Amino acid sequence: METTILFAPLVGALICGFCWKFIGEKAAMWTATGLLFLACLLSWIVFFTFDGVTQQIEILRWIESGSLSTSWAIRLDRLTAIMLIVVTTVSALVHLFSFGYMDHDPQWREGESYKPRFFAYLSFFTFAMLMLVTADNLVQMFFGWEGVGVASYLLIGFYYRKPSANAAAIKAFVVNRVGDFGFALGIFAIFFLTDSINFSDIFASASDLSQMQLSFLWGEWNAVEVICVLLFIGAMGKSAQLILHTWLPDAMEGPTPVSALIHAATMVTAGVFLVCRMSPLMEFAPGATGFVTALGATTAFFAATVGLVQTDIKRVIAYSTCSQLGYMFVAAGVGMYSAAMFHLFTHAFFKALLFLGAGSVIHAMHHEQEMTEYGGLRKKIPYTFWAMMIGTLAITGVGIPSFIVTLFGTPIGFAGFVSKDAIIESSYAAGASYGFWMLVIAAVFTSFYSWRLIFLTFYGTPRGDKHTHDHAHESPMVMLVPLGVLSLGAVFAGMIWFNSFFGHVDQVGKFYGIPVAEASEHGEAEDHGTDHGDAAHADDAHGDAAHAGDDKHGGKHHYSFVGEPGEGALYIAPDNTVLDDAHAVPKWVKFSPFVAMVLGFVVAYWFYIVNTSLPARLAQNQRPLYLFLKNKWYFDEIYDAIFVKPTLALGRLLWKRGDGNTIDGFLNGVAMGVVPFFTRLAGKAQTGYIFTYAFWMVLGIAALVTWMSIGGGAQ
Amino acid sequence: MDNILSIVTFIPAVAAGILALFLHGEDAAAQRNAKWVALVATTVTFLVSIGIYTGFDPSNTGFQMVEEGEWLLGLKYKMGVDGISVLFVLLTTFIMPLTILASWQVTDRVKEYMIAFLLLETLMLGVFMALDLVLFYLFFEAGLIPMFLIIGIWGGKDRIYASFKFFLYTFLGSVLMLVAMVAMYADAGTTDIAALMTHQFSSEGFSVLGVYIVGGMQTLMFLAFFASFAVKMPMWPVHTWLPDAHVQAPTAGSVVLAAILLKMGGYGFLRFSLPMFPVGSAVMTDLVLWMSAIAVVYTSLVALVQEDMKKLIAYSSVAHMGFVTMGIFAANQQGIDGAIFQMISHGFISAALFLCVGVIYDRMHTREIDAYGGLVIRMPAYALVFMLFTMANVGLPGTSGFIGEFLTLMGAFQVNTWVTAVAATGVIFSAGYALWLYRRVVFGDLIKESLKAMTDMSSRERLIFAPLIVMTILLGIYPSLVTDVIGQSTAALISNYDTALAAAEAVTQTAASQ
Repeated sequence: METTILFAPLVGALICGFCWKFIGEKAAMWTATGLLFLACLLSWIVFFTFDGVTQQIEILRWIESGSLSTSWAIRLDRLTAIMLIVVTTVSALVHLFSFGYMDHDPQWREGESYKPRFFAYLSFFTFAMLMLVTADNLVQMFFGWEGVGVASYLLIGFYYRKPSANAAAIKAFVVNRVGDFGFALGIFAIFFLTDSINFSDIFASASDLSQMQLSFLWGEWNAVEVICVLLFIGAMGKSAQLILHTWLPDAMEGPTPVSALIHAATMVTAGVFLVCRMSPLMEFAPGATGFVTALGATTAFFAATVGLVQTDIKRVIAYSTCSQLGYMFVAAGVGMYSAAMFHLFTHAFFKALLFLGAGSVIHAMHHEQEMTEYGGLRKKIPYTFWAMMIGTLAITGVGIPSFIVTLFGTPIGFAGFVSKDAIIESSYAAGASYGFWMLVIAAVFTSFYSWRLIFLTFYGTPRGDKHTHDHAHESPMVMLVPLGVLSLGAVFAGMIWFNSFFGHVDQVGKFYGIPVAEASEHGEAEDHGTDHGDAAHADDAHGDAAHAGDDKHGGKHHYSFVGEPGEGALYIAPDNTVLDDAHAVPKWVKFSPFVAMVLGFVVAYWFYIVNTSLPARLAQNQRPLYLFLKNKWYFDEIYDAIFVKPTLALGRLLWKRGDGNTIDGFLNGVAMGVVPFFTRLAGKAQTGYIFTYAFWMVLGIAALVTWMSIGGGAQ
Repeated sequence: MDNILSIVTFIPAVAAGILALFLHGEDAAAQRNAKWVALVATTVTFLVSIGIYTGFDPSNTGFQMVEEGEWLLGLKYKMGVDGISVLFVLLTTFIMPLTILASWQVTDRVKEYMIAFLLLETLMLGVFMALDLVLFYLFFEAGLIPMFLIIGIWGGKDRIYASFKFFLYTFLGSVLMLVAMVAMYADAGTTDIAALMTHQFSSEGFSVLGVYIVGGMQTLMFLAFFASFAVKMPMWPVHTWLPDAHVQAPTAGSVVLAAILLKMGGYGFLRFSLPMFPVGSAVMTDLVLWMSAIAVVYTSLVALVQEDMKKLIAYSSVAHMGFVTMGIFAANQQGIDGAIFQMISHGFISAALFLCVGVIYDRMHTREIDAYGGLVIRMPAYALVFMLFTMANVGLPGTSGFIGEFLTLMGAFQVNTWVTAVAATGVIFSAGYALWLYRRVVFGDLIKESLKAMTDMSSRERLIFAPLIVMTILLGIYPSLVTDVIGQSTAALISNYDTALAAAEAVTQTAASQ
C-alpha cells in the first residue's frame, strides 16, 4: 500500500506528461488527479491504521560502494504517516483546484497546450515530495529533496515567456543548492563517522557521535554539532529561513496552485521535517539546536515585518509562510519536535486554504494580484470570502485560552491557535526567552497583516479597474470544493489532534511510538540524564515540571519518555521535559498569543476600516522604515552586490586574464619558437601535407620504441 | 571467442580499410555507402563488445580474456581487461554508432571522415585494453592523429589553431611520459603492465641539483606520467586546449572528445599512477586534490560567463573532470568508484549535451547563446531532452550525474574536508551556469525572426538521444550496473596501494632507525 502511495503520482505524471496527445488533455488530467486521490485515500488509511512500530520496505538496491550501501526503501513511522496525509491531501485538492484555475489562463495563446504539462509537473512534485518523506536513508531523502527542487524550478518558471518567472525559477534552484551544499557535507560527515547513511544506523550511533570529535575545515568540533549545523543549512535553504530565504517571495511568479502546494504546505516544510527526522542527533547537539531556535525566531520576526507592508496578495502570504516556518523551527530547536510537526500539520491546511483562496480572488479579478486594486469583494465572491476568513481566523490564532475553558482537555480554537500556542508555550518553557518574545511580537504582526489582507481585499470600496470589478465572479465548483475541505481542516485539525501532538507524555509517546515510563522510573531517567552535558539545569527544570504535573493531575500517574534514539518516530532525551513544562507555564504566557492576536486585529481594523488614510500618512512620516520593510530589508540588493556581481566579475577575470593571458600566454610564449613553424605548416594542412606530418610522427615514435627495446634492454 | 578483445578492437579498423580500398568517388551514393559501412561496423563492434560484458567476471580482480603474442621487433602484443577498463571499452563501443549517426549530414569528404572515426575507435579501444607499455603508448599517441585531423579538416573557422593547440598540448605531455616509460623499462626489464604493477620502483629520496626529491624515482615517474594524463584529462591549469578544441570540432568530434578521449587521462591514473607509483602518488596527493578543487571552482566560474554554448559545456566538462581526479586521489573505495562512475556518466551526459548543441547548430549554424531564445515554443521535444541532460549535468539525483559527484565528494571528505568543501561549491555554480544557459536558449519568448522556422528534432535525432537518455536515467536509479562490475577491482587496487604505501613506510622507518 505504501508503495502504491509512493508511485501513483509518478505514474500519473508520466501518463499525463507523455500520453496526453493520445488520450486527450482532459483524460490525462483526470488520470493524474484520480491517482492522487487514490494516494490520498490510502494515506489516510495508513495514518489511521498505523500502530506506531517503524516499518522498513525495501524496493531496490541503489548506491553501493564499499561499506556504503543504500537502497530505495520506505521508512514508515509516525512522522512519515503525518507527512503522507499532508502531502497527498493538499496535492489532491490542488490538482482539483487547478482544473478551474488553469482553465483559460491568459498567459497562453490560442491553441497552446499547457494544462497536461502543469498537471504532470504537479504530480511529479508530489512523487518527489513523497520520496523525501518516506526515505529510509539520507541519500534517498536527498533525492526527494533535489527532486522537489526541480519540480519547484519547473513550476515557478511555468510561464516560460516571462523573464521574471525564469529568473525566479533559477534563483529558487540556486539558492536551494546553497543549502544542499551544507546538507551534502552533513551526509558526508555522517558517513565518515558512522559508516552508514541509513537512519536506523545513524540513530543507533547518535550517543557515540556526541562523544566524537571531527576535524572539519579549520577546527576540531564536536561531531554531532557539526553534523546538525550542516544538515540545518540544508533545511534553511528548503524552508526559506533567514539568509537563504530570498527565493521564496520570488517563487510567487509561479501559478497560484503551485504556491499553495509547494511554497506553503509541503516543500517548504521539508526543512522542518528534516530537523524532526534527525531528532536523535539534534537532541545531542545543544549548540546546533540553539542556533536553530535563534534563526527560526529571527526569521519569524523578520518575515512578519516585511509582510506588514507588501501589497501583492501572494507576497503577503509568502512572507507569512516564511514567518510561520520560523515558528516551527523554534519549536524544533527547543526540543519540541512534536509541536513543530503539529504546526506543520495545521499550517498545511490553513496556509493552503489562504493561498487557494487568494488564487480564487485572483481568478475572480482576472489575474490582478495587487491588493491596492481590490476592495469590497465580500459580496461578489462570498464563498471565497468565507474561506479566506476561516484561513485568517486560523493563522491569526483565534481561540479561547486553555486556562479559561477546555473541552476534555483540548483547547477550543482554530487549528492555528492550538498549534501556535503550543509553540509559544514550549519556547517559554524551554527558557528560550529570545525565541518566546520574537514569536509573540511576530504574532502581533501576523494578526495585523492577515487582517489587513482581508480588509483591503474584501472590505471598503472597490479600487482599481472598474471593468474588472464589475466582472468579478465567484469561482466554479472545482475550486470551491477544495476550499471547503481545507476549511474543515483549518477549523478542526488543531482540536482533533491536540492530544496526539501536544497532550500528555503518554499520549504523545503512544502517537509517535516512543516508549514512556511511569513516574516510579523517573529517578532512573534523571540519572541517565546526568550523562549528558547540562544535567544540573535539566534536573532543576524537571523538578519544577514534576511539581507542576502533580498539581495538575492530582493523584494521576506521571510519565516520561524513556526511548533510545531510533525507537519511535522521534527521540526525546530523558532530560528534555519541555512538553511537561510547557503545560505548566504561567497564565500570562498562555494568554500572550491571545493578546497579540487581538492587538493585531484592533490595529488593522483601525488602520484599514476606521481611519483609512492613516497607513499612507504613516508611510510618509516613517519613510526610511517603510522603504526598509518594503524592500525586504534590502537582502536582494545586498546579495546582488556581494555575491552575484563579484562572482560574475571573477568569472570574467579568470576567463580573460587567467585562461587567456596567463595560462595561454605563458604556454604560447614557451612555444613561440615552434608556432611559426606550425603556422606555415598550417597553410598546407588541407592539401595533404598534414598526412606527411602524421607519418613522421608515427615514424618518430617507432624509432624511439626501437631504440628503447634494443638499447634499453641491455642494462 | 578467445580473442574477442582483438576482434572488437579491429573491426572498425578493418571497416576503415575496406572503405579506403574499395570505396571510390564522392557522389551521393558513395557517401551513403560510406556512412552505412561506418554505422554497421560500429554497431557490430558494439554488439560483439556486449560479449565482453557478459563474459566478464567481476569477482576476478586480475586481467581477463588476456591475449598474448609476439609482435615485430621483439615487442609483445598483449590485451586484456579488468574491472577498471572493461566499462570504458563498452562506453567507447556504445558511443561510436551514435557519433556516426550524428554525422549523417556531413557532405565534405565523407569517406575520409568515416575512416578517421573508425580508426579513432580502434585506437581508443586499444588504449583501454593494451597490457603492454609500448602497445599502450602507440595506441595512446596514435589516437591523437585522427582526432587532430577531425578537428583540423572538418572543424569550424579557427580549426587550424585549435587542432594544433590540441595536438601540441597533448603531445608535449606525452613526451615526458615516454621518457618515464623508458626509465621504467630500464628499471624493471619488462614492458608488461601486469608485471610492472607488481614491480616496486625505488621510492628512496635523493637530491637533484640541490633539490631533495621525496619519493625519489617514483615521484619523478609519477610527474612524467602526470604531465601526460593531466593534459589529457584536462586538469587545471593545462585545460585551455579543450574549450578551443571543442568549439572548433564538428559535433561528432566533440562528442568523442568529451565522452571518450578525456577518460584516457583518468584511466591512465588508475592503470599506471596509483598502482605503479604508489609512493609518488601519495607524495603528490595534496597537490592533485587541490588542483582538482581549484579546477571545479575556476572552470565553473569561467563557464558562468561564456557566450558560446560549446565553450560553456567544455568548461563544465573540465569541472566534472575535476571531480574525477579528486575521487581518484582520495584513493578510497567511494572516491575511486565515484571517479570511474563519473567518467562513465560524463561520457553519456557530455555526449548528449554536445549533441544538443549540434541539433540547433545544424539548423542555425551558430553557437552564440544570444542568437537563441524561446526554442521551447517551436521545439518541445528538444526542450525536454535538453532539460534532462542539463539536470544530469547539474548532478540531479536520479540521473547518473549525481552518483559520480556524490561518491567522489564522499571519498574526498574522508581525506580532506577543505578540498571537499571547496569542490562542493561546484554544485552551486553548476546549477548557475547550466540553468542560465538553458534559460537563454530554450526559455523566454520566441521573438527572433530567424528562429521562427525552427523544426523540432527529426526521428534520426531522437534515435540518437534515446540510448543516452536510457543510460543516464538507468544508471541514476540503478548504479549497481556499474559499481558491481568495478567494485572488486577498485577494492583490490586500493588494498595494493595501501599495502605498497605501508611497505614503503616500513622501509623508510627502518632506514631512519639504522
